[in-house]
Amino acid sequence: MRYLPLTADDRRSMLSAIGAKSIDDLFVDVPLSARRDGVVDLPKVMGELEVERELSALAARNKPAGSVPFFCGAGAYRHHVPATVDHVIQRSEFLTSYTPYQPEIAQGTLQVLFEFQTQVARLTGMEVANASMYDGSTAAAEAVLMASRVTRRTRAVLSPGLHPHYVHSIETLAHATSIQTERLRPAVDAEADVIEAIDANTACVVVQTPNVFGTATDVTRIAEAVHAAGALLIVVTTEVMSLGLLKSPGEMGADIVAAEGQSIGNALNFGGPYVGLFAAREKLTRQMPGRLCGETVDAEGRRGFVLTLSTREQHIRRDKATSNICTNSGLCALAFNIHMSLLGEKGLRKVAAVNHAQARKTRDALAAVPGVEVLTPRFFNEIAVRLPRPAEQVVQVLADHNIIAGVPFSRLDPEAGMDDVLLVAATEIVTDHDIKLLAMALSKVLSA
Amino acid sequence: MHYTKDHEWVRVEGDVATVGITQYAADQLGDVVFVETPEAGKAVTKGDGFAVVESVKAASDVYAPVSGEVVEGNGALADQPAIVNEDPTGNGWFAKIRVSDRSQLDGLMDQAAYDAYLASL
Amino acid sequence: MSSSMNTVGRPTAPTEVDPIHGFQSLTGGRGLLQDEPLIFEMDGWDKTGVDVPDADLDASDLGALVRRDPIGLPGLSEPETMRHYVRLSQKNHAIDLALYPLGSCTMKHNPRLNEKMARLPGFSDIHPLQPQSTVQGALALMDRLAHWLKTLTGMPAVALSPKAGAHGELCGLLAIHAAHDAKGDHARRVVLVPTSAHGTNPATAAFVGYSVREIAQTADGRVDLQDLKAKLGPDVAAIMVTNPNTCGLFERDIVEIARLTHEAGAYFYCDGANFNAIVGRVRPGDLGVDAMHINLHKTFSTPHGGGGPGAGPVVLSEALAPFAPTPWVVSHEDGFRLVEFEEGEAVQSFGRMNAFHGQMGMYVRALTYMMSHGSDGLRQVAEDAVLNANYIKARLSDVMSPAFPDGPCMHEALFDDRWLEGTGITTLDFAKAMIDEGFHPMTMYFPLVVHGAMLIEPTETESRIELDRFIEALRALAGAARAGEVDRFKGAPYLAPMRRLDETQAARQPRLSWKAREGSNLAAE
Repeated sequence: MRYLPLTADDRRSMLSAIGAKSIDDLFVDVPLSARRDGVVDLPKVMGELEVERELSALAARNKPAGSVPFFCGAGAYRHHVPATVDHVIQRSEFLTSYTPYQPEIAQGTLQVLFEFQTQVARLTGMEVANASMYDGSTAAAEAVLMASRVTRRTRAVLSPGLHPHYVHSIETLAHATSIQTERLRPAVDAEADVIEAIDANTACVVVQTPNVFGTATDVTRIAEAVHAAGALLIVVTTEVMSLGLLKSPGEMGADIVAAEGQSIGNALNFGGPYVGLFAAREKLTRQMPGRLCGETVDAEGRRGFVLTLSTREQHIRRDKATSNICTNSGLCALAFNIHMSLLGEKGLRKVAAVNHAQARKTRDALAAVPGVEVLTPRFFNEIAVRLPRPAEQVVQVLADHNIIAGVPFSRLDPEAGMDDVLLVAATEIVTDHDIKLLAMALSKVLSA
Repeated sequence: MHYTKDHEWVRVEGDVATVGITQYAADQLGDVVFVETPEAGKAVTKGDGFAVVESVKAASDVYAPVSGEVVEGNGALADQPAIVNEDPTGNGWFAKIRVSDRSQLDGLMDQAAYDAYLASL
Repeated sequence: MSSSMNTVGRPTAPTEVDPIHGFQSLTGGRGLLQDEPLIFEMDGWDKTGVDVPDADLDASDLGALVRRDPIGLPGLSEPETMRHYVRLSQKNHAIDLALYPLGSCTMKHNPRLNEKMARLPGFSDIHPLQPQSTVQGALALMDRLAHWLKTLTGMPAVALSPKAGAHGELCGLLAIHAAHDAKGDHARRVVLVPTSAHGTNPATAAFVGYSVREIAQTADGRVDLQDLKAKLGPDVAAIMVTNPNTCGLFERDIVEIARLTHEAGAYFYCDGANFNAIVGRVRPGDLGVDAMHINLHKTFSTPHGGGGPGAGPVVLSEALAPFAPTPWVVSHEDGFRLVEFEEGEAVQSFGRMNAFHGQMGMYVRALTYMMSHGSDGLRQVAEDAVLNANYIKARLSDVMSPAFPDGPCMHEALFDDRWLEGTGITTLDFAKAMIDEGFHPMTMYFPLVVHGAMLIEPTETESRIELDRFIEALRALAGAARAGEVDRFKGAPYLAPMRRLDETQAARQPRLSWKAREGSNLAAE
């Protein structure tokens, strides 16, 4: 087996050095009833070529986004990632290193995390960001728990535009921790409705901008109402590229930002791995979940970085930790860090502008299709449209004609009564020709 | 001065008890990096955690050796946690508590008993 | 003899020099290692490393929502970017450089075929919400991975979506919570956890509202059955036991532990962080386990990536399977389909743990790894991992003190610090001195039940020669410790990219992001 360096001779001589007669001697503590003599019923060792052949065959049964006009968003976005990013993250020293618990020989990873934290804090307009979470949805759920710890209250209000998967992820965790959630009925442009739902036991209000329908909202007024009630405002963003064009959550009064960072540096990957961004006000630092990297000096007085404030974490506080999280999304955070370093503010603003321009063209093209109604009033790169028939059917027919038209809202929330709503995203990868093809095909399908 | 088995010390003046952690506790923790002390007015119950002290590698609750109402928390520790290591039984005090039941002091150790207790650890 | 070469008298052997102690370069560099600034210190405020056409920006719909103030994000050209990250990378240790003996973390070789497969556009460039008819190959892959995991563990169901080990623990406890709820049994508020457990176990239990009760350990490093019996009762929801445990030992009484747990009406959660020691040889399903997470980044070698991403699928028993989180894959006559909502066959599911379907990129890598090894190769993985650990234990036991000298260990060898007594050297000092010898330290001070613990996990991907190099390095260090070379340890590491770092200062005055020095570029504010 090509990954196993020991030879039969090695094994024999090592066993004798140990004083064991056979390998079975080393498994004596396994109860007899659980020892398996033969191999389990699965295929045997396979060469690289054979494995590659089989997996390539599986991959070939999927339709990659890059092979068709492609308009899916709804929390995962296809952007162009410079070749440098994937090259660097495959360097052995980044790819095959562990969590930087030995800072003397992990400064590469630690400096990356420090840069990442700074980039995330600036992008979101917050003071402190952690070294990443699993993804945006788990970051949002953790934010709700954190707000409950901070305020010692037990109710969370979830906005009408919060991504349904985020709603469900929050509900799953909230249910187990006795936090009540109140989710407002899905609506395209009604984030401010949360204000009416705040009460004296409200720990936090969760709003999303741009929301799952693409609507961008100025949450300043919501923030004022939330703060007046002594609660915290959690702002969710599933498309961080939008922050190259839109005001940051921090500027609008957010206390905690939970965002999906996949758009910067990371591929679609069928939903994961992604990178959760988690940022907060400085005074909340000690209640944050996840790893934090901080600056310090070494014995010679040279600047270096270490993981810090670890007493919040499970490996020290155990059952009193702020979260059970251990693993982060280190390599995805590195990809984010590299891509963002290539973009810089200048590139980020340019790419964001292209996104918005393509989305406007898409909006205009779809609005001209008979029977299609554009629902989203203000957007970054995604809009919701109403079709004259169930969106899922339309998307299927278009997919059969090699156009991936977007995400039917019913795929996320079949009970919302919005079966005719289609979410259409247009990033910089969408060409003018793609938009034309989409509008033409949609016209054809709807008139058939 | 009175002591608890959890290594808190208590010094009573009038009906106010000043509370902190002992030199032994400070040494066990190592460099203290964070202290959270209670605010004035907070009611504390003997045996309950009323403050938090952290080093890089350990986090510990500090338990109230007596019940009562917090008169003052030592706010200086928030900015200068190192005081706990430098002067644990002096400037490194955690809180002053107005004692509600003086008889609770009877259950605590005196210096000799605490020294003997340390020797037994 | 006449000489026509080398007439300038260039010395060809090193002259005697002082030891490195005290030497400092003028620039902060160390040979090939440059003192690399942060990207925020490279004057890239008006630069970018991407060429993007200027869009005709009409943001008229957005009004006051448009971001006006500077963000403060520098950019770098491509060559600067490449150099920045390559320089940083050289300050990291990595499994590709040398043995990385972190106990409990399983730092094994990461095959590059796995990376190649995960990057096939058919896997990496598909959207989680595109029509299911266009991702049948991805769903088939998830189904096949599920089949391998179920077969290797002897368990009937698997929840793929948890994103890491601790997330898997959360999944298991939520399923257990739901199962008790379904029986109307709301009185179970306690989770039993051995003192030797990973910190994530008690943290997860507390996270979902359980109180944690610790179970004692016997002198030979196993769960104390008498203590377990005393603590099991009608208030206990579950027991969480790592097997092989964090001392690197197989829980001999595991079947009895499961029986007692079930008898008390509780469920048995097994922390499967150490599944790599028994894969292909022991099926947790045969031990009475109800739920167990599998760290794909440990047993099945998806790369650790400097701290993640991981993946933590959870295998479930018949009793817990109905409560598994959505989504999952089912096959039907026309192919595969995702069950995404708590209805129909998923009506008892405890819900969704995250957006989308879990860590697809890790699924591809893990399945590639499994298929490459095959059932026979995986069995060999467990055997070689255990053999290597026992070899290290055998060859170091005369100079260090094994915590549990009697009997074999599994995939990791645990030592305590008794052998350092009187030397003035601590476990930390010893570990830092290993860095100077070119090795990453072992896991230190964990598990908590052993004083000054040193937990060494070599994994199966180390050759005999590499193991011997490591062993000889540790033996030499042990000799130096005994010989009283205290400075070698107290000041270590001397030769690493950095000397010991001041964690106290980092925690007392946290600086968690870069701040511009006064008077510098405004864009940094």
